[in-house]
Amino acid sequence: MSDRESDIRAPPATGDDGGGEVRYLSQSDLSVPTHQIVAPDGSYDDGAIPDLDDEELLDLYRWMVTDRVFSRRMVNIQRRGELGTFGSTRGQEASIVGSAFTLRPDDWLYVGRAWTPMFMRGASMKDMILFWRGIEEGQEAFARHNSQIAISIGSHVPLVAGLAWGMQLDDADAVATAYIGDGATSTGAAHEGINLAGALSLPALFFCQNNQYAISLNVEEQTGAKTLAQKALAYGIDAIRVDGQDVLAVYDAVQTARERVKDGKPVFVESVTYRLDAHTTSDDPTRYRDEEEVQEWEAKDPIERYRSFLQSEGLWSRIDHESIVDDIETEFDEALATADELEERRVRELFAHVYDELPSELSRQLEAFEALLEERPEMDDYIEQRPKG
Amino acid sequence: MQATIVQAVNEALHGAMERDDRVVVFGEDVAESGGVFRATDELLEEFGSDRVVDTPLSEIAIVGGATGMAMYGYRPVVEIQFSGFLPPAFDQLVTNTSRIRWRTRGELTAPMVVRMPYGAGVRALEHHSESLEGAYAHIPGLKVAVPSTPADTKGLLTAAIRDPDPVLFMEPKRIYRSIREEIPEGDHEVPLGEAAVRREGDAVTVVAWGAMMPPTLEAVDDSGIDAEVIDLRTISPMDTETVVESVKKTGRCVVVHEGPRTLGVGSELVARINDEALMYLEAPIERVTGFDTPVPLLSMEDFYFPHPPRILDGIESALSD
Repeated sequence: MSDRESDIRAPPATGDDGGGEVRYLSQSDLSVPTHQIVAPDGSYDDGAIPDLDDEELLDLYRWMVTDRVFSRRMVNIQRRGELGTFGSTRGQEASIVGSAFTLRPDDWLYVGRAWTPMFMRGASMKDMILFWRGIEEGQEAFARHNSQIAISIGSHVPLVAGLAWGMQLDDADAVATAYIGDGATSTGAAHEGINLAGALSLPALFFCQNNQYAISLNVEEQTGAKTLAQKALAYGIDAIRVDGQDVLAVYDAVQTARERVKDGKPVFVESVTYRLDAHTTSDDPTRYRDEEEVQEWEAKDPIERYRSFLQSEGLWSRIDHESIVDDIETEFDEALATADELEERRVRELFAHVYDELPSELSRQLEAFEALLEERPEMDDYIEQRPKG
Repeated sequence: MQATIVQAVNEALHGAMERDDRVVVFGEDVAESGGVFRATDELLEEFGSDRVVDTPLSEIAIVGGATGMAMYGYRPVVEIQFSGFLPPAFDQLVTNTSRIRWRTRGELTAPMVVRMPYGAGVRALEHHSESLEGAYAHIPGLKVAVPSTPADTKGLLTAAIRDPDPVLFMEPKRIYRSIREEIPEGDHEVPLGEAAVRREGDAVTVVAWGAMMPPTLEAVDDSGIDAEVIDLRTISPMDTETVVESVKKTGRCVVVHEGPRTLGVGSELVARINDEALMYLEAPIERVTGFDTPVPLLSMEDFYFPHPPRILDGIESALSD
């Protein structure tokens, strides 16, 4: 199955090499470096800058600002009752954008908390608004771009292994990517999915945004592991740990990983970042974390750090920050207006796409319900009086 | 004291932990933040971090871990944050939790409670709205309870925690805070496996439970129909006798549930009524249920679960023959 060297079946020929003592294989013996290019103080080594042209460097900035503005606007419209709920990505912009910037259209992407990658892959803000309004066409749009959002944490990791398996069989020039969070690394599905990728040498990339919190649980309570990156070793795959507030480092790490993944060597990337806002608009983080800690991470703003890099490179003069924000706001306004115009949806859509062909019992249920809606217009009151998406 | 359903959960947990120091509570976000619905609020402060624990994001470990603790002699009451997240742990329920007693010929048992909010109608994301009590009631050895009032919530949960067998306790989150009523103080138990007659009547028997009780009562009250309304309260073991006695009196029956129709709990109720009271029936038994589709996303979830007009339509059909 695999040509890699393996010790898993063989006892050492010379017996115990520990001098007769029991020796632990311990995480305390591990040294896990964190890749960084631009230091928090803005300093960097010219030679470490990834191979990106000026336009690409500027795009990284635009996408990060897009991510921030989108989160702000979504939180605002949720507060006005125009969304069910929303999970902000503020603070994670470098992690999200730097990673997604490496992906190609033929790659597959299954995300957790990361919305801008959908825009980078060609979906619209309208599609994302529909998704958060609980309208099925959102995921339909993402699917057209080889992308999906996973809601049930970690459940998508085996799917990504399976997508990668298909790519392997097809000899495709592509990788399948799962974005997960620190919480997902505790799920059974993630363990099984990553292990499968390691066992079958699949072109799967696991990008873990360690944003420190799974709702209220700090990552230090999530696992006894000192880092999430080291978990990869248990599956026999390599890992990179990267400063998730440094967009160039994230890009560099994931781009490097992607090249290796394409050759059937799965990689796990841990991006160390922070969820500055609540888990979702339904969450109250003051119940479980100190404002002081949040302030510390506010000071590690990934957009600010990248701005200082662009200034040092002499590229900042080519950025008109105000007009970038204005353009994104306009794009959002237009997306919201289009989303608002969505036609009233019909009950038939509940039954569409459950199967390729609607079984007779389901047809019967649909017809009976449509007849009921005709006969009892008061049904509309019950359906309409409740707030919508 | 006055309490909502979610406060009654909290009250029952406080009481159980006070009375029995083998009762431990764990799950995702239950300790420091007091649960996403605040059902476990203040437990950490009162009972400490040995007995109230935030677990990693691991449903399999929550249910499987509770099973092991229960085998060892503790009384875990664990929370699955939303019903849509129980499926990973379905394996534990089927493979282990429900059959420890059977497998060891009673030498070992797994007295534990898995609590979880279930049902649609709170504008949550996908996988947060399922009502799969039929699927869980299909597991031999597992009990399934679904309260619909604050007082019953306290009483049933108290009974579930004391029960010698594992209980899945499904909390109707749509009505978590919509009903506030006086609940009994102190040690209040409502036995598992006993339905409650909420309204007496002679024309038709209507059976519902959990979040379907308020719309069912509304449909009946607004219509003026002399219906007998039964709150099943426990899905497994099911109180067949109360339902059958009522149907023998009324000769007609409607079952209302939120979960999918096919092989739902209504199917079993119809079968039991046929077994015990077929000759008393004057009309086919009606079922008013969720559809055999996934629960729609939030924009259309109100089409999915029965509202009063649909329930009334079912009742009128049962009365029309």
